[in-house]
Amino acid sequence: MALQQARPAMPSDDKRWKLVNGTMRRNGFAGHALIETLHSVQDAFGYLDEPSLRFVASSLDLPLSKVYGVATFYHLFRLKPKGRHACVVCAGTACYIKGSGALVDAVEKRFGVKPGETTGDDRLSVLTARCVGACGLAPAVVVDGNVLGKQSAEGLLAQIEELR
Amino acid sequence: MNVDELAELAQTYRDEEAPVRHEVRVCMAASCQSSGSTPVFEALEKSCSERGASCKVKGVGCMGLCSAGPLVAVADHGSDLAHSTLYRDVTPADAPDIAAGIDGAPVERLRCPTDQPFFARQQRIVLENSGVIDPESFRGYIAAGGYAALVKALSDMRPADVVQEVIASGLRGRGGGGYPTGLKWSTVAKMSDAQKYVVCNADEGDPGAFMDRAVLESDPHRVLEGMAIAGYAVGANKGYVYVRAEYPLAVDRLATAIRKAKRGGFLGSKVAETQFEFDVEIRLGAGAFVCGEETALMASIEGLRGQPRPRPPYPAEYGLWGHPTLINNVETFANIAPIVRNGGAWFASIGTAKSKGTKVFALAGRINNTGLIEVPMGTTLADIIEVIGGGIPGGKAVKAVQTGGPSGGCVPAPHLDIPVDYDSLKSLGTMMGSGGMIVMDESSDMVDVARYFMEFCMTESCGKCVPCRAGTQQMHGLLDRIARSQGTREDLALLEELCEVVQATSLCGLGQTAPNPVLSTLRYFRDEYERKLVPGA
Repeated sequence: MALQQARPAMPSDDKRWKLVNGTMRRNGFAGHALIETLHSVQDAFGYLDEPSLRFVASSLDLPLSKVYGVATFYHLFRLKPKGRHACVVCAGTACYIKGSGALVDAVEKRFGVKPGETTGDDRLSVLTARCVGACGLAPAVVVDGNVLGKQSAEGLLAQIEELR
Repeated sequence: MNVDELAELAQTYRDEEAPVRHEVRVCMAASCQSSGSTPVFEALEKSCSERGASCKVKGVGCMGLCSAGPLVAVADHGSDLAHSTLYRDVTPADAPDIAAGIDGAPVERLRCPTDQPFFARQQRIVLENSGVIDPESFRGYIAAGGYAALVKALSDMRPADVVQEVIASGLRGRGGGGYPTGLKWSTVAKMSDAQKYVVCNADEGDPGAFMDRAVLESDPHRVLEGMAIAGYAVGANKGYVYVRAEYPLAVDRLATAIRKAKRGGFLGSKVAETQFEFDVEIRLGAGAFVCGEETALMASIEGLRGQPRPRPPYPAEYGLWGHPTLINNVETFANIAPIVRNGGAWFASIGTAKSKGTKVFALAGRINNTGLIEVPMGTTLADIIEVIGGGIPGGKAVKAVQTGGPSGGCVPAPHLDIPVDYDSLKSLGTMMGSGGMIVMDESSDMVDVARYFMEFCMTESCGKCVPCRAGTQQMHGLLDRIARSQGTREDLALLEELCEVVQATSLCGLGQTAPNPVLSTLRYFRDEYERKLVPGA
């Protein structure tokens, strides 16, 4: 007879934990569902904090070190919250050849944040991506999920200024 | 279900569409969506609504000329891209004119001729449905002859016959390595393990490459059909598609396709009413370039850090969870259905002696026609750049073409007349890669390009083996010094030595090929490096 292993209690009564639990249940709480589960935590909460990593580790019966290892290995997982708006400058080859570096510089000059950083008022996070696949529209920038093609520094800054 | 029954079903679906005389096809792939094709689609639906059932506005996949998006094609029902009226840079305001032009004269100001070399010189096998069918429609795929190859394989062929056809086709892996696909299939087929897996590598990590994304967004069923045929041929009942999380639209369409294929009976427990069972699951990547390497990819599917392991044993013998696993790239799987449908000999008649079939390339960088093309193997680079690609903007000269991404190298202008195939590119010190082609003009600084790729490899190194982890760091430091005109002759000598060591001693392809962009630029543009060295030092 298989032992029914007790699942840990959800970290809070936030409904979003049910989504996370759902992902784990669909995968039979198997350890190999770790990456899927982390994706679903990040989709729900925006980033992975320590309580969520602990929760995932005990739910999937994995050592916390392994969960932390996976969460830090993959670039897409964030351990810190991001700003209200995200500006992702594509640094793929095509965009690079067409001047994505100048876009990063312009954003840094205006808002004082380097790629990977968030402004002090939590308004804007600046990131770079390894090719968003919009090479035909180089240089491309993804602002809050919308791909903007053929960007100039002035045009991009104006678009970011409009975000509140 | 046999071939005739499927043909009958396809005819039924085509008959349902019979009242449609004209199709207005709007590209809804990621690139055109980024340039605003969704509002264009809505506006066209509104403008065409009064035409009733004789006119259908349809979202389709990539038509190739991404730089001219949003693209809209007005076509007679059932005709291909070449026989349609193509419009470029369409805005929602153009919708009434386009609707009026369906019967009348085409809207000249928006015309994009389809007899120009960009379209005329292509040969579409992988992309035959791309830009023609609705990628979210299961019926559309069946009507276009979809799943006929799978049904043919299941009802008329033994698994060994399928493997034989793939061997006869001469198809080589489209992910970059160029390993003979048939050989890989027969190795997995020979394994006696009861549990085997089929994995589709859709972790298209090379910056500047978007072929696989376009295939998944434009014709996802085609990939599933290829995987199911592979499953039958090698004896696997479970497939995984490992796809980048950076491609949300492709993931979405693939998930829709899997769901509909299951409901339609082409995936699941009794595929096409036979005893064959095959299920496909999507696994999302999480932004690690190294996961394109097959052993790292498998680790990632297993929920681990994406770190490679030494080969042998190869995945064909010891793959996912220790079971024999067939791993092929998206484009490779997309070639399978036509091979089974038309025979290996047909496929082998296209291309060159050692590189068969066609190849999809993503043209980007300093070139007029950026986008996606499919040409027979052996087409010369000059043809691709000057004729199909329409040359370089501003009348500048080509300096080099970068192929193979961070693992590849540059082909300099004097060598542009080489035919594009696995072996010719290799002889020039670069590689086919997955199909990204970045064109550079005279304004590109080759040392800077080498530094860019090295920075990429440095940040993407998984850290498992020392040569790659430490070597890429050191090579990047040296390149940075040279690029900032602070490098000495000793730095350059050390860089070259490091290239050799990292190439020879790294664990996986990432490290082994990381020096390639440096070696290649040194081979053809050594003077650019030397000019930057500290004089006299």
